[in-house]
Amino acid sequence: MKLMGKSLCPGVALGPIHVLPETEKRGKPTPAGTPEQELERLEWGRQRALDRVRGQQSAALEKLGEGEADIFRLHALMLEDRDLLETVRCAVRAGACAEDSVREAGETFAAAFRALNDPYLQGRAADVEEVSRLWREALSGAAERLELDAPAILCAGEFSPGELIALEREKVLGLVAQRMAPDSHAAILARAMALPTVAGLVPQTHWEGTFAALDGETGALYLDPEGETLDGLTERARARQEAAESLGCFRTGSAVTRDGRSVSVCANIAAPEEAALAWKEGAQGVGLFRTEFLCLDKKQCPGEEEQTALYRRALEAMEGRRVVIRTLDIGGDKRPPWLEAGKGENPALGLRGIRLSLKKTELFRIQLRAILRAAPYGTAAVMFPMVSSVEEVRAARALLEQCREELEMQDIPTGEVEVGVMIETPAAALIAEDLAREADFFSIGTNDLTQYTLAMDRQDPDLEGMYHPCHPAVLELIRRAVEGGHRHGRRVALCGQLGAERSMTETLLRMGVDELSVPVGEVLGLKAHVSTLDLSN
Amino acid sequence: MKEFTYTITRPNGLHGRPAADLVTAAQTLDSTVTIRKGDRCVGADRLMALMTLGAVQGDTVTVTIEGGDEEKALAHMRAYFAEHL
Repeated sequence: MKLMGKSLCPGVALGPIHVLPETEKRGKPTPAGTPEQELERLEWGRQRALDRVRGQQSAALEKLGEGEADIFRLHALMLEDRDLLETVRCAVRAGACAEDSVREAGETFAAAFRALNDPYLQGRAADVEEVSRLWREALSGAAERLELDAPAILCAGEFSPGELIALEREKVLGLVAQRMAPDSHAAILARAMALPTVAGLVPQTHWEGTFAALDGETGALYLDPEGETLDGLTERARARQEAAESLGCFRTGSAVTRDGRSVSVCANIAAPEEAALAWKEGAQGVGLFRTEFLCLDKKQCPGEEEQTALYRRALEAMEGRRVVIRTLDIGGDKRPPWLEAGKGENPALGLRGIRLSLKKTELFRIQLRAILRAAPYGTAAVMFPMVSSVEEVRAARALLEQCREELEMQDIPTGEVEVGVMIETPAAALIAEDLAREADFFSIGTNDLTQYTLAMDRQDPDLEGMYHPCHPAVLELIRRAVEGGHRHGRRVALCGQLGAERSMTETLLRMGVDELSVPVGEVLGLKAHVSTLDLSN
Repeated sequence: MKEFTYTITRPNGLHGRPAADLVTAAQTLDSTVTIRKGDRCVGADRLMALMTLGAVQGDTVTVTIEGGDEEKALAHMRAYFAEHL
């Protein structure tokens, strides 16, 4: 039987299907037993959540040290907190089910933390929410949802990012989800983990154990495939496997061209969890850490503490390799629900990127402070998007220094942070030499640079075939940016889609681009490609 | 009943780790320890309540000890506050 879904990540998977039980959904009524039964279940769930937290605590203690384990100790203490317990029990006694009682109490306590004046304490709201989640997961059995005995194609209504991270990669052949948006956090991770993924299919419990083939290119799921279909897919799976194995040797070290030029190949990531994958894939750094994940789909932007922890996670995962954190690039077409500022007629040319950050400095400062605070845990750099003038860089740098001074006054440790400028407007490319005086490095964002140079919306389907990042005008601007940067001894990276375009690698390297930053899944292939090039003549 | 007042000197105040440590310490005592800041008063063994007191650097809190070996608990708490807060 052949079922058609929507392809989210290419690749072929062959193996038995494992259908995961539904995770708990908000608003879905859970049948409540008698209050006595629910109290008993509540306590049972709490003990299991405690076991899990203590497990995390000892794992963290062993792998990371006492400082890191502290957070789990706090979670364990929260799970034993008399006030939280009493609030939850009270709701259960009044007839609510265990899950709802835990959720509501969690929300109440988290709100109490958010209402406090101090940014650190506000950040503890996230801990209360985590504890509430752990408790509810223990109650619903979701914690065991992903413990697999043998490799399988996983099918579920949806996957949470946390679940995907917790997967043992070798036990998962592919993913089938009923709901997964192409640019969701979960889809980003599936791609980063190179998991063949198809969305839009409703998993049926009777699929359990059925042998299936998943074609991530076309979005097809075959149940009990036979004959030619099976042979063809088996052959493709084998070829992919071989290609992947032949790339394994590029995981370590830098990419060196045949004439001996060393090229730094880095990864673009959009969530801290991706950093660990980037490291595994042999990325020599993170050339672009998009931070928009912080705020899209959220009611409010996370506070300083939470952001610090998120950046720190990415920095630690990269083990000292540089992580370039790009400050919020929102506005324009990327608008989180809470953003009220400017809705001009022409959002791509409106208040976005650094323009928005310099106007709404309260948000920008939180992010800068968090980056400075996370910096001691690795090699951090900050990068400003959508720059079109020298003044913008000066203003942003001044704010960064101000934040550093404030932190020092408060006795909060900070680390060194390099400052980079994105070259993605024609203006920035044309004044590259002036910008190079103000910045430590450049990163060329070819997607926006192409759109602004050609005056073509890259998302407009009518312009397909016309929108082209290899247009001579775009290449000329890239050349100027490299030249301007190098004149002042600045490193020039390139982090747009063009970097992953193999046919252009040689041209870009000949122009003098020092570093290419591409999606995590492209890193190994690009390193292999670079090592076949000869730039000597 | 014994009590003392203390002005918090540590930049982070009664937060995460110090609060967790205080709860752990209070649980080992057989006296009841309460912390008062302004008009709010909470048991020292109540983590969330302690943290939401929002006692930060420069705030003065009153520590009250009741029952059990009050002398011992007082010494213990004084030492704890001086060292951690």
